[in-house]
Amino acid sequence: MGILVENISKSYKNVAAVKDISFEVKPGELYGLIGPDGAGKTTLFRILTTLLVADKGQAKVAGYDVVQDYKNIRHSVGYMPGRFSLYQDLTIEENLNFFATIFGTSIEENYDLIKDVYEQIEPFKNRRAGKLSGGMKQKLALSCALIHKPKVLFLDEPTTGVDPVSRKEFWEMLKRLQQKDITILVSTPYMDEAALCDRIALIQEGKILEIDSPEAIVKKFPKKIYDIYASNMYGLLTALKDFEHAHSVFPFGEFVHYTDKREGFDSNELKIYLENKNLQDVSISLTEPDIEDVFMELSRK
Amino acid sequence: MKEENVIISKGLTKRFGGFTAVDAITFEVKKGEIFGFLGANGAGKTTAMKMLIGISNPTGGEAMVAGFDVHTQQDAIKKNIGYMSQKFALYDDLTVAENITFYGGIYGLSRKQIREKRTKLIETLGLGEIAHQLVGSLPLGWKQKLAFSVAMLHDPQIVFLDEPTGGVDPITRRQFWEMIYKAADEGTTIFVTTHYMDEAEYCHRVSIMVAGKIEALDTPKKLKEQFEVSSMNDVFLRLARNIE
Repeated sequence: MGILVENISKSYKNVAAVKDISFEVKPGELYGLIGPDGAGKTTLFRILTTLLVADKGQAKVAGYDVVQDYKNIRHSVGYMPGRFSLYQDLTIEENLNFFATIFGTSIEENYDLIKDVYEQIEPFKNRRAGKLSGGMKQKLALSCALIHKPKVLFLDEPTTGVDPVSRKEFWEMLKRLQQKDITILVSTPYMDEAALCDRIALIQEGKILEIDSPEAIVKKFPKKIYDIYASNMYGLLTALKDFEHAHSVFPFGEFVHYTDKREGFDSNELKIYLENKNLQDVSISLTEPDIEDVFMELSRK
Repeated sequence: MKEENVIISKGLTKRFGGFTAVDAITFEVKKGEIFGFLGANGAGKTTAMKMLIGISNPTGGEAMVAGFDVHTQQDAIKKNIGYMSQKFALYDDLTVAENITFYGGIYGLSRKQIREKRTKLIETLGLGEIAHQLVGSLPLGWKQKLAFSVAMLHDPQIVFLDEPTGGVDPITRRQFWEMIYKAADEGTTIFVTTHYMDEAEYCHRVSIMVAGKIEALDTPKKLKEQFEVSSMNDVFLRLARNIE
């Protein structure tokens, strides 16, 4: 009852949006498609939710073929598109009622499933959807996607443009939904959210770079990575990029993440180099890579 | 050298009927500073920014932006600042070169200045081959880098960036920040909002708005010390949680 994608390709005119993508989402899994804008995430979602037909390849969702059994899929999946697509002129309650009715059910029948999410917006149930804040719209959209008790839930960038507090709450809700035997495919451009998934596929320019659990993906990072600090960030970046042995130089919060081309890297040598460039308070310490480091390393190739 | 304040806000307030969206915010931003303006959705960031860039009238308090009064000199403010947002930055149906020309005209540059800026910008960004392609066909990361440069066409004192990097890939996001560092290094003041907390760490100072008020304002380092946490993400969560 999961998702099976086999060699799916899709082009728009002469632009290849999705290039020969294959992956499998196990039943009950919380699976993340992690990649930036333009990676092909939305195209893939639209193919899997039967709104778009692929040029090549096959896919099954909840056991149904996305082309032949498209009607069955539409009854079995919930889809929350990236762009808010509920009725702005209907109230919260009217929107929810509308979606329940379309799917031949009622709010009461599946209230148990949406309770956790819906309770947070219920006090405003007579407010029009167009007048809601970003976080409330997101909760309403999720309620509407869940009202017919789907087996598989598709969430396309549900947290884009959402502040860190609401993002954290949203992921806590997803974890609870997963306990209710719903398979979830979620896309996000926020790499920190990847760590919350069971497995992730890193995707860029229509291709999958890597598939694994977040922990395993981080372990595959091929190099030692260092946190480098200096009081002048711009000076530090420029100096590191000019260093002949630099493999990668990326700002990461208050530090720069640095990897060296050589096996035997001597941090004292680099420290002296940086101090000779008039940088102050220089410190260099070994650190752990995170998913963003892995993504950047893979997308360089 | 005396440190010059290019934004001075004293009790700046915006009320919509009985609702106070921005509640007496007071802060200063120095020349060449990268100032992070953070807050949850609905905390009042956008409303505050609209007043500072001269497109919304405050209902109370005062502010000077680039030396001009937000109550009485809104047109002068607009000429002396740059602005870009994630939602709208460039015209998709114009080419790269046409967008530059158009904005140059809007900012009141002469034809000669526009021509020079256009040539230089296209060269610096390495857009030579696609200068005559529609902006709509460019990857988002390219668009955002171009939009930032266009917002700086008229050499403004301050650039306001409203979530400039949402959805952009991690490498381009960092290239974008390198452009910000460079601009700040050259003396331009950067006023930026973001939901990426690692980007908050890149700012010289950060303010965090909660329910219309600035609840915290300091360097990322001091904020982390003050709240006894290890990241700006935790500072943010701590502040928003406490209010609830």
